[in-house]
Amino acid sequence: MAAVANMPVSDLLKSFKLKTKQQELLIRVSILCLVYILAFITRLFSVLRYESMIHEFDPYFNYRTTLYLTQNGFYDFWNWFDYESWYPLGRIVGGTLYPGLMVTAALIYRILHFLRFAVHIREVCVLTAPFFASNTTLVAYFFGKEIWDTGAGLVAAILIAVCPGYISRSVAGSYDNEGVAIFALLFTFYLFVKAVNTGSLAWSLASAFGYFYMVSAWGGYVFIINLIPLYVLVLLITGRYSMRLYVAYNCMYVLGMLLAMQIRFVGFQHVQSGEHMAAMGVFFLMQVFYFLDWVKHMLSDTKLFQAFLRITVTCAVTVGTIALGLGMLSGYISPWTGRFYSLLDPTYAKDHIPIIASVSEHQPTAWSSFMFDFHILLFLFPAGLYFCFKRLSDATIFIVMYGLTSMYFAGVMVRLILVATPAVCLISAIAVSATVKNLTVLLRSKNKGVQTGSTKGSGSSKASSKALLDQSQPFQKNGAIALLFGAFYLLSKYATHCTWVTSEAYSSPSIVLAARGAHGSRVIFDDYREAYFWLRQNTPPDAKVMSWWDYGYQITAMGNRTVIVDNNTWNNTHIATVGRAMSSYEDEAIEIMRSLDVDYVLVVFGGVTGYSSDDINKFLWMVRIGGGVFPVIKEPDYLVNGEYRVDKGAAPKMLNCLMYKLCYYRFGEMLTEYGKPPGYDRARGVEIGNKDIKLEHLEEAFTTSNWIVRIYKVKPPNNRW
Amino acid sequence: MGRASSKEDAGTLFHSLRSAYAATPLNLKIIDLYVGFSIFTALIQVVYMAIVGSFPFNSFLSGVLSCVGTAVLAVCLRIQVNKENKEFKDLPPERAFADFVLCNLVLHLVIMNFLG
Repeated sequence: MAAVANMPVSDLLKSFKLKTKQQELLIRVSILCLVYILAFITRLFSVLRYESMIHEFDPYFNYRTTLYLTQNGFYDFWNWFDYESWYPLGRIVGGTLYPGLMVTAALIYRILHFLRFAVHIREVCVLTAPFFASNTTLVAYFFGKEIWDTGAGLVAAILIAVCPGYISRSVAGSYDNEGVAIFALLFTFYLFVKAVNTGSLAWSLASAFGYFYMVSAWGGYVFIINLIPLYVLVLLITGRYSMRLYVAYNCMYVLGMLLAMQIRFVGFQHVQSGEHMAAMGVFFLMQVFYFLDWVKHMLSDTKLFQAFLRITVTCAVTVGTIALGLGMLSGYISPWTGRFYSLLDPTYAKDHIPIIASVSEHQPTAWSSFMFDFHILLFLFPAGLYFCFKRLSDATIFIVMYGLTSMYFAGVMVRLILVATPAVCLISAIAVSATVKNLTVLLRSKNKGVQTGSTKGSGSSKASSKALLDQSQPFQKNGAIALLFGAFYLLSKYATHCTWVTSEAYSSPSIVLAARGAHGSRVIFDDYREAYFWLRQNTPPDAKVMSWWDYGYQITAMGNRTVIVDNNTWNNTHIATVGRAMSSYEDEAIEIMRSLDVDYVLVVFGGVTGYSSDDINKFLWMVRIGGGVFPVIKEPDYLVNGEYRVDKGAAPKMLNCLMYKLCYYRFGEMLTEYGKPPGYDRARGVEIGNKDIKLEHLEEAFTTSNWIVRIYKVKPPNNRW
Repeated sequence: MGRASSKEDAGTLFHSLRSAYAATPLNLKIIDLYVGFSIFTALIQVVYMAIVGSFPFNSFLSGVLSCVGTAVLAVCLRIQVNKENKEFKDLPPERAFADFVLCNLVLHLVIMNFLG
């Protein structure tokens, strides 16, 4: 009876029996589907723990512009002049942003509404980055397939799905340009490598469109427009050039440049800025190079060709240097901007542009950050480089160059670990895939080795090598199995580490703070939103709020009030004016505030909760930036023996400046910790020096429940009598 | 003495180039003529810009880049259609021409948007 019942089951199984090729395809597709889903859900920690909201500072501006786009349409968005920020200057939003992210989110929103899914635009914004991260894994698969083989492609997809370097800027809620830009970057590179491999105009056109999407999404497109000409140059120098390279680069450069100039923020930079001149230089060099190649092909006599070569090369070099020299001297070709120049000379920003130096993401990277963000990929990267050099082709040269240049830049600036992540994942994938393949081949070849060793004699070297294979055979097989287990153990540890990092470090919304209470329960500080909604509901609609530039975007987006400076930081003098106001005595500051029509002042204070990114800790940067434009503000005035203190021994200017007064007003009566005197600042760990603060021109309007955000109203001037 | 030999060199260079070029097939010569025409148009535009100034700059750029773009795309077509290039021997010339037409279409659409 059991035998009869088993028969239909085995027949069923036999009907599923697929050929090897189909089995392989099934495995590949299912792996890719699972990786796609994994990349999406690993980024959802903060949505599950808190709620679906936008994180950080910059995404609030992107969210506000996307909201404006969906409500008013593309034409109004493209020509928008925002009078609610940078009072009294205003900001030309349409011409000073990268529209790619907003247009993408608005498009997804339109499609979903067309399919009758009534989602709010905020949900679409929150989930845009994870969606594009999943798409990046697919592109990584195809890219890996192009460079090496399908195995490397699959491993690359898996590695990039969970790599913390990428997750840090693409969690759900991090609605920032990088979320879309890394997808565009990898996509452009993949299309270009495909174009170089096939030499087809269609693929070059596709890579030009990919480049256009990248230019519309992020300012880091400068990396592409410099890496690709560098790659072409390397190929020309090493003699690996071919006709396919000419077709791919020229089509991509001309069409890409034209498409990029359609974005108003980029404008004419492709022909006027020093950062884009490398591409143009390589373009002309290619024309000369291939023209000479063609002439050489046509002429049969080499001596004549040498003469011709000499004439042409001297002509081309002189014309090129004259044009470049004229351009740079007359100032027509602008030199490298500070943001990118500080990548080549890391000390430049600290001395000359304090705003760039003050951003925490622009600091040089520590070793621990590399280990934190890459884990085992850090030692798989050199291994992958070795494999790439063993099998050099156009595609592997490209990925090696991308990896090395991006690793250099990642070492200079923490934020650029993000750009290095796809290269590191791809190269490590090559190492993993090649190693695993070699090991499994060793495992499988044992039977064949034994047979041929026994049948052939020990005459030919081939047989003797096989005999050697036989002698060390048992250890080789065991060694291969042990190494395979080691590799799988390492990879599983990588997966655990990545998930832990995502959960602990990169899923905090920054606008909602969390801490552990005395009994281990989770305490949520929602002070920021409390303050912004107070502003929204309790101040007149045309009120102007002065705060440090970090909070500008959030105030305009959530508080819906005009701000003086915000995160765009395009006007250094305006920011320095605010910095000067914050670091002056109250009498001088009120003059500045009256000149700017300020109604409310907002400061962030972490003394009660121990929150360490508050305005007192950022204060020295306000002094530096203010002092950079107004020499009346001198940094040593606020320091004691070079030390920054807020307790009794602090400098008198520090104890009486506006920022100090606003942060510590009424704090002298506050008991913050058991056993410590009143006025104990938990973030600095000291008792404050000036407890008896009186404000003459401002009055306290609102302090949030945990004292994190404090809002003050500027009093109108006294009546004259 | 040196001057005379270099003059002779230039002469023989010119003649051998001319004879080698005469051997190229007719379709490639037509493409070369088209490329020359595009470059010539670009040069005329640059000279005109030098005379009347470069405002509006986007119109000047779009004019020059359309000429440069068509020249470059025509050279790419020539490379792909040339029977002597071993890399492209299994690319049918119809496909090459279709790619050329598509790229030109995109180029001119972008130029029309950029003209202002």
